[in-house]
This record gives sequence, C-alpha cells and structure tokens, in this order.
Amino acid sequence: MDRLVFLLGTGVARGTVLALFALSLVLIWRATRIVNFAAGAMAVVGVYVGVAVTGATGSWWWGLVATVVAGGLLGFVVERGVLRFASARSPLSGVILAIGLVVVLQSLLGIVFGQEHEPVQPPFSDRPLQVGGVPLLSPYDLFVVVVALGLLGALRLLFVKTSLGLQLRAAAFEPEVSRLLGVRVARMRTVGWVLAASAASLAALLAVPNELGLNPHAADMLFVSAFTVAVVGGLDSPGGALLGGLTVGVVTSVVTGYLGATLAPVAVLGLLAAVLLLRPSGLFAQAEARRA
Amino acid sequence: MNARRTLLLAAGGLVLAIGATFLLDPFRNYQLALVAAYLCATAGLTVLVGLSGQLSLGHAALMAAGGYGYALTVNALTGAGVDGVGRFLGGIVGAVVVSGVVGLLLGLAGARLHGPYLAGLTLTLVVAVPAVAASVPALQGDRGVRTAFDGVPAPLRSLIALEQWQAWVALAVAAVAVTGLVLLRDGRAGLRMRAVRDDEVAAALAGIAPARVKVLAFVASAVTAGLGGSVLVFVTQSVSPGAFPLGLSLLLLVAVVVGGLGSLLGAALGAVLVVLLPWLVGTVTDALPLPDAVVQRLDGTLASLVFGVLLIALVAGAPGGLAGALTAARARRRARRAAGGAGGRRRTRPSRGGAAAAPPTGDPSAPARPATPTPTPSTPREPVRTPTEG
Repeated sequence: MDRLVFLLGTGVARGTVLALFALSLVLIWRATRIVNFAAGAMAVVGVYVGVAVTGATGSWWWGLVATVVAGGLLGFVVERGVLRFASARSPLSGVILAIGLVVVLQSLLGIVFGQEHEPVQPPFSDRPLQVGGVPLLSPYDLFVVVVALGLLGALRLLFVKTSLGLQLRAAAFEPEVSRLLGVRVARMRTVGWVLAASAASLAALLAVPNELGLNPHAADMLFVSAFTVAVVGGLDSPGGALLGGLTVGVVTSVVTGYLGATLAPVAVLGLLAAVLLLRPSGLFAQAEARRA
Repeated sequence: MNARRTLLLAAGGLVLAIGATFLLDPFRNYQLALVAAYLCATAGLTVLVGLSGQLSLGHAALMAAGGYGYALTVNALTGAGVDGVGRFLGGIVGAVVVSGVVGLLLGLAGARLHGPYLAGLTLTLVVAVPAVAASVPALQGDRGVRTAFDGVPAPLRSLIALEQWQAWVALAVAAVAVTGLVLLRDGRAGLRMRAVRDDEVAAALAGIAPARVKVLAFVASAVTAGLGGSVLVFVTQSVSPGAFPLGLSLLLLVAVVVGGLGSLLGAALGAVLVVLLPWLVGTVTDALPLPDAVVQRLDGTLASLVFGVLLIALVAGAPGGLAGALTAARARRRARRAAGGAGGRRRTRPSRGGAAAAPPTGDPSAPARPATPTPTPSTPREPVRTPTEG
C-alpha cells in the first residue's frame, strides 16, 4: 500500500511534466496543424544549453533561465527557417520536415557533446519525504509539480485573459478572418512556436534528473509519452493535456514500479493504441464533423 | 506496363545484378546484400507513403518483426532437423507471417487514423521494440536471437565466396519483393490506393472501400519490410533490438523522401545512400588527420547530419526527390535536344542567333513548358499555327 502511494506520487510528478510537454505539442498543433515531431530533439538542445550554463555559473536557476531562452530562440529559428517550407496541401510534409530536424539536431548534439549519458543532479534532494510514516514525494518532485502546474496555469491565463491570448486563439482558429480583423497571423504563429518550444525545453529540463541522464536521445521517450498524452487528451484540448498527462504519468509509474522499467514503453504503446482505436481524436476532443 | 513485361524485366535485372556480383570484392558484395535488404524496406515504405498517403515511422519495427519471425522459425526448423533451402524458405514464410500480422494490426489502426496520429502510433511501436524483446522470454531481450549459419551450397562452393552467395540470396529476395510491389502499384490496387490518397470521400463515392485499400497497402508494405529484416538476419545470423533502433526508422523515411516519394527507383537510390553514405563519410573522416576522439564522435553522426540536411533541403527545394529531379532533367534534356534541332534548321538561314540564343519566337518547343516526362519528339516539326503564320 505504501508502495502504491509512493508510485502514485511520483506518477503525478511525472504526469505534470508530461502535461507541460504535451501542452507544447497542443499549442503548435492548434496554431499550425503540425504535430511537432521535433519537439523532443529541440527540447534536448535547450537542456544542453541550460546544463552548460549551470556548469559555468554554478547556479541551477541561471541554467533554468538559459534553457527557457534557448528553447524559445530555437523555436523561433525552426518556425521561421524550416517549418515554413511545410506545404499546406500535404499534411505529411510537416512531419517529414520535423523528422529531418530531429536527425539534424540529434547528430549535431552527438558531434558536439558525444553520445554518453551525462548524469544531471537535481537542485534539491530527490529523497522522498515521509508523510505520516509513508514515503511520498521528494522535494524535487514537489518543486516539479509546483513549477509545471504554475506554468500550465500561467499559460491558461495568457490564453484566456489577455489580448495576446485572444489574438493567438483567433489566429489559430480562423486565420483568414483574423487577418482581415488586423491580427498579425504569421507573428502569432511564431509566438506560439516560441512559447511551445520554451515550455517543452523547461519540461525536459525538469524531467532529465529523473531519467537515465542527458544524451542526444534523452527526450525520445519523453516525446513519445507526451505524444500519447496529447492524443489521450485530444490534440486540440489544453485541459485534456493535463488529465492525459496525469493518466500517462501514473500508468507508467505504476507499471515501472510493479513490472519493471523495461515494460513502461509497452504500457504507453498499449494505452496509445487503445485510445486511438476507441476514440481516434482523443478522449477529450470535441466531436469532429463527419467527413464521409 | 503489363505483368509479363514486369516479370521479364525483374528476371533480367536479377540476372544482371547477380552477374555484377562477380565484379565486386567480398566487402562490396556484403554492402550489396545490405542494400538489397534495405531496398525491401524502402520500397515498401515508398509505396505506403507515396501511393496510399499513410506515413509510417515504424518500419524498423516491421523489419524487426520480420527478422524475429525468420530467426525463430529457422531455429525451430533447425531443432526439427530441417536445413538448407527448406529451412531458409521456412524462415522467409515465418518472416512474412509475423510482419504481415503486425502490419495488419497497424493497418487496421491506420485505416481509422489520419496523418500525425498514425505517425505517432508507429513511432511508439518502434520505441517499444526493445521493451517487447525484453518482456517476451523467447526473444531473449537485448542479447537477441542467434540463428544457424547458412553457408554456400556445396555445388557452388568452389565458385563463389560466402559474401557473394549472401548477396545473391539478398538480391533474389529483394527482386521478389520489388516485383510484387510493382505489380501491386501498376494493377487495380495501385489505382485504388492513389484514388484514396487523393480524395478519400470521392474514392468512397466511386465504390472503393478506403479502409480496405489502406489496410492492404499497410500489409504489403509490412511484408516487404519484414522480408528486408529477414535478409539482414540471414546475412548477420543474429537478430537483436539494437539492430532496429528508432534512428533506422527515421533513416528509412529519409531515404524514401530523398529518393522521391512513391518512386521505386527512388527507393533503390535511397537504399544505396543508406548503406554507402555512412561508409563514404567514414572513409573521409578516417583519411583526415583528426584525433581519434573526434573521429569516434563523427562516426555515424556526421552521416546522419548529411541525411537530415539533405532531407530538409529536398522537401523545401525539390519535393520530387532524386528520382523526380532525374525525370525532370531527362525531360529537359530531351526538350532541349528537340529545341536544338529546330533551332539548327533555322540557323541555316543567316540570323543573329548564337548557339545559346533563345529559340525563335515561333518555335513551339519545350523550354517554356513545364517539363513533362514524355515530350513527343515530333512536336517541333508541326507548327500548330501554320494557317495564320505569315
């Protein structure tokens, strides 16, 4: 029972990070109708920058700032430099460009930093706190939950309460009409990419201390899980991302705890397949109009 | 192209390729066998993506399915005392069955999903391969399964080396796989796939069942990828999850796009690139005076960097890929030759036109037109507007 509580706790911590990463996919999907398959590789670039800055300044917080800034910059460069070649007619070209980006970024990281798993220390202790004699969450997990939830809340406020958020939503939802009403649609798209890439980089930075370590492929599994989260929640639904993140986080944590870490990808695959076969557009997405 | 002509061409091409193995040294023959193995997978992938419009990032997993199917069947047959050709064919059947079943399941999912959802599902599948191998005891986890050694058959032993024999087998399997795909593409099924790819609703209105067509495309693609996997296992005598990583899946997609989506010639070019480019890059970095640590870092990564840049450049600049660029270049050349002939005739009159001058205004020949694959050579001789001319 204690073990289950502990696993649920770490599952929730992992789930909020996944939700943050999945939110990045949702943001880009809503803004451009592209699933950013390069999100993982882009986030890892941000984490490498952050870890380098932490090493140079000795402060984890500067590393965090650097990660967010580097992620945002990369998002800007990618949107303006690469993804604008995606053709609107073929939905595949965006995916293929993103795959090209993954290959380029991962091989560049491999050339510059090598393929070794570099352990990353969390800024706080990752030893679980005892709550009523039951090991529950480590201070680091708690920090992760607070940061991720805080960011999710801030993004929600940005989208719902501010003029920029309204413009972002309008540009994503109805680009033509928004343009006529004076919204700079191209700029909104870029802003969406920058926000999404920063969020993904931050999520990856938070997740890395709990993983094997930092290497160019460190975010592959994170991306796959986040994609599952986005699908479970519905690619169009930011609220679904949180619920989906908690679901996937708890499922992988429980499977890892009881059946072994090697089985976690199988559990994710099973969950993804089940959701896709039962509700192809996600559990929380609004029903789409019939196509045929 | 009718079926008999396709079969004759395939047989001729196979004989030529087998003849060519006598000109190659053992290492080149080994590379040729790898090219043939990857060709099976890229050909299947190009038909799936180019013809039916479904994107799979999981073809490495399908190759793994074929490889494990082959290895397990071969080991079972070895246990039962079968060997030689019977064992190999049995292994191939095993590969076809296993990869076909996995492909059928994915295809059933793919028929309900579109675009990014299917891509994500297949991506998850390929990430889960090591986990599946670790969780099923018969697959022996990361160590993988070793198979018995298939040497050169006794009658040929004095003639050819092992690598050459492996290249023959690989080429034969690839020929069967590619011929099957050509027949599929040129037949009724291929037409239906293109119809579904271009407009699913219109295809359904025309009496085509889109789901069935998509599943068929996925199964065909999976079976050929599985054949490729079994050839890899035949050549290396072992199969392990490490041989089919996510990177291979992405590389196959890169190869297919670089070659030109939907083109089997492009798939062949892509397969050659997948094998030769890393080797070429490795030779160059070994030749350069670099420290060992740098060479080790560049090993593999530099080649994939080239692949990635090539992919982005091609999608941005030449969506037809290498095969598309070849076709366009051929059409341009033919058009230029036709134009040059017409210009030459006119230049017998004293005129101000140099050799590089633009064709005379009345010339209806090609450079201004979009390059078509088959410009008829006779067009310059038929000035359409003779009645009004002069």
